Amino acid sequence: MVLKIENITKRFGTFTAVNDLSLTIPEREMFGFLGANGAGKTTTFRMILGLMDSSDGRITWNGNPINYSTSRYIGYLPEERGLYPKLKVKEQIVYLARLRGMEKGEAQTELDKWLERFKVPEYANKKVEELSKGNQQKIQFIAAVLHKPELLILDEPFSGLDPVNVELLKEAVLDLKKNGSTIVFSSHRMEHVEEMCEHLCIMHKGSPVVHGSLRDIKKSFGKKNVVIHADFSLDFLKEYPGVIKHKKTAEGIHLQITGEEVAENLLKEIVPYGFIRKFALEEPSLNDIFIEKVGASYE
Amino acid sequence: MSKFWIILAHTYISKVKSKSFIITTAVTLLLIVGLTNLSNVMDYFNKGESGEEIAVIDESEAIFSPLKQQVEAVNEDIKLTQFTGDEDAAKEAIREGEYDGLLLVRLNSVNLPEATYHAMTIADTTIANEVKNSLQQLKTQLAATQMELSTEELAKLYEPVDFEQLALEENAKTEEELNQARGLVYVLLFVIYFSVILYANMIAMEVATEKSSRVMEILISSVSPIKQMFAKILGIGLVSITQMAVLLGVGYASMKQNLDTMQGGFFSYLGFGDLPLATLIYAVVFFILGYFLYSTLAAFLGSLVSRIEDLQQMITPMTMLVVAGFMIAMFGLGQPETTFITISSYIPFFAPMLMFMRVGMLSLPIWEPILAIAILIITIILLAIFGARVYRGGVLMYGRSTSFKDIKKALQLTKNE
Repeated sequence: MVLKIENITKRFGTFTAVNDLSLTIPEREMFGFLGANGAGKTTTFRMILGLMDSSDGRITWNGNPINYSTSRYIGYLPEERGLYPKLKVKEQIVYLARLRGMEKGEAQTELDKWLERFKVPEYANKKVEELSKGNQQKIQFIAAVLHKPELLILDEPFSGLDPVNVELLKEAVLDLKKNGSTIVFSSHRMEHVEEMCEHLCIMHKGSPVVHGSLRDIKKSFGKKNVVIHADFSLDFLKEYPGVIKHKKTAEGIHLQITGEEVAENLLKEIVPYGFIRKFALEEPSLNDIFIEKVGASYE
Repeated sequence: MSKFWIILAHTYISKVKSKSFIITTAVTLLLIVGLTNLSNVMDYFNKGESGEEIAVIDESEAIFSPLKQQVEAVNEDIKLTQFTGDEDAAKEAIREGEYDGLLLVRLNSVNLPEATYHAMTIADTTIANEVKNSLQQLKTQLAATQMELSTEELAKLYEPVDFEQLALEENAKTEEELNQARGLVYVLLFVIYFSVILYANMIAMEVATEKSSRVMEILISSVSPIKQMFAKILGIGLVSITQMAVLLGVGYASMKQNLDTMQGGFFSYLGFGDLPLATLIYAVVFFILGYFLYSTLAAFLGSLVSRIEDLQQMITPMTMLVVAGFMIAMFGLGQPETTFITISSYIPFFAPMLMFMRVGMLSLPIWEPILAIAILIITIILLAIFGARVYRGGVLMYGRSTSFKDIKKALQLTKNE
């Protein structure tokens, strides 16, 4: 069950939304999609789902194209949230599940389980327009996963939720992965991708700028971070060879350096000055990589 | 159950269950029952009112009693009373509500009656008219007597002329048939007009609602937009048939019951006495075709807007087409054979109403309606193919503009470059 994206390109007139994107997402993987607004994430998702045809290239899942005959095995949470405002939660979830090929009875039992899990069993007979936005999002998440899809595509699943609900949904996503779903998701939050995904891809203006496993990306990035907390002034380190960036903090300084050996030299350099409360060599965060590659702050 | 039927059933059931549908149907039913029972309703309200009482001051003293006879023979609700007093006293009596009106009659210089009628208001013309008619007859009689005409001679004068219209064309409709057909076609045209506007709007609304509530993207990821569009069109089609069946059924039953009281009146003019089967069948066929034509159009127009507020603007041109077709058909009822009408009746957007009108009014060779039906079917298929492509792109398109340029954009979205 491999999702294979081979050299896809999507052009709208003269505008190229996605440019020559190739990805392989293995079975039971959690794959993270990052990119600024307009980077081409949603367009890519729509092409994966077959809602749009790609201008070039092809997308296969398990060797077969994805179309309406495979919709039983695919779940999709669009970025634009929406349900029928006038329908009761139960009515529309069952309707949407049946359109995915589920039996009515099965859909009802599954729905009850999910509502229980999200601690909102009383919503079954409420109209969607009566629910808060966050709760509507939970309901829509249920609609996307109720039929236990083998391939689950989540477009910004956690945006607009409070921290408690983010945790609830994260757990649910991880459980789905444990039960065998392959999950592709995009997020605005670097830490979510960092925490949940083994593989990821950063898109910039339609092109993939970085992709691969999280560990490899970090390793190949080369640069590291050093955090130093000390009682004396550390300003002189700004000009130290191998230091790329610096940021003063309340307790000391954050440095970005070109490699591990610079950290060693740094430590030797500052030891004579006095007491050092903290000296830590850290892996670069995804945020650092993103800013470096996309050239702009993300959030 | 296949997805097509799931959507169809869902559309049908949620629409028929909706409050707005139930209320609209109930109100219309009430109207229909009220209309078909109009004479009963009017009788009921009139029961409480005692007739009109009119004071008469007759200067000649020769007119009052024959006039009274004459008036009361025509309408027993009007009562004439000889007033003993002068004009001012009579007017005072009217103001006090004792009488409804005052009639001053006298003989003029050539010994014929003339009269003045006074009432609080003269908005109600029925009573004055009936009195006037009676007086007119009386005058005619008096004049006849003066000229020494016998009653036979008088009758001869007033006998209506025999004037019959006969069509030379073989199996052309007779005058009586035409009058009947005109009434029936008139009513059925209204039914087609209203239902096409009503249900096409309903579809556009459905689509626009799904799109504006953004549930569309989930839907199209499970079921192809084209399947959805047609399931929806058929679903609403069934809704329309349900509503029509209820309305027509109740209307027919109610009319049947009241047929005795309406015999010879307004309704026989409409030709409901015995319905010509062919006209009814054509009505059904053209209704269905008209529905499909306009609902396909409505569905793809609905798919282009992203907010409900923009919908009206988008479908106005379509509504205009329906209205234009209806206007031409109404105009054509009086002269169905003009070239303009004939040509227009082959234009697909007008054909449902115009060809139906022609086929109802004239004795057309069978190929004419068949040709129009074929043109309609081809147009529907072309529109469906084109509409389905626009729909597929349109549902993914969100933006502010509502121009027809969007159609091009929508087509581009589905295109393989």
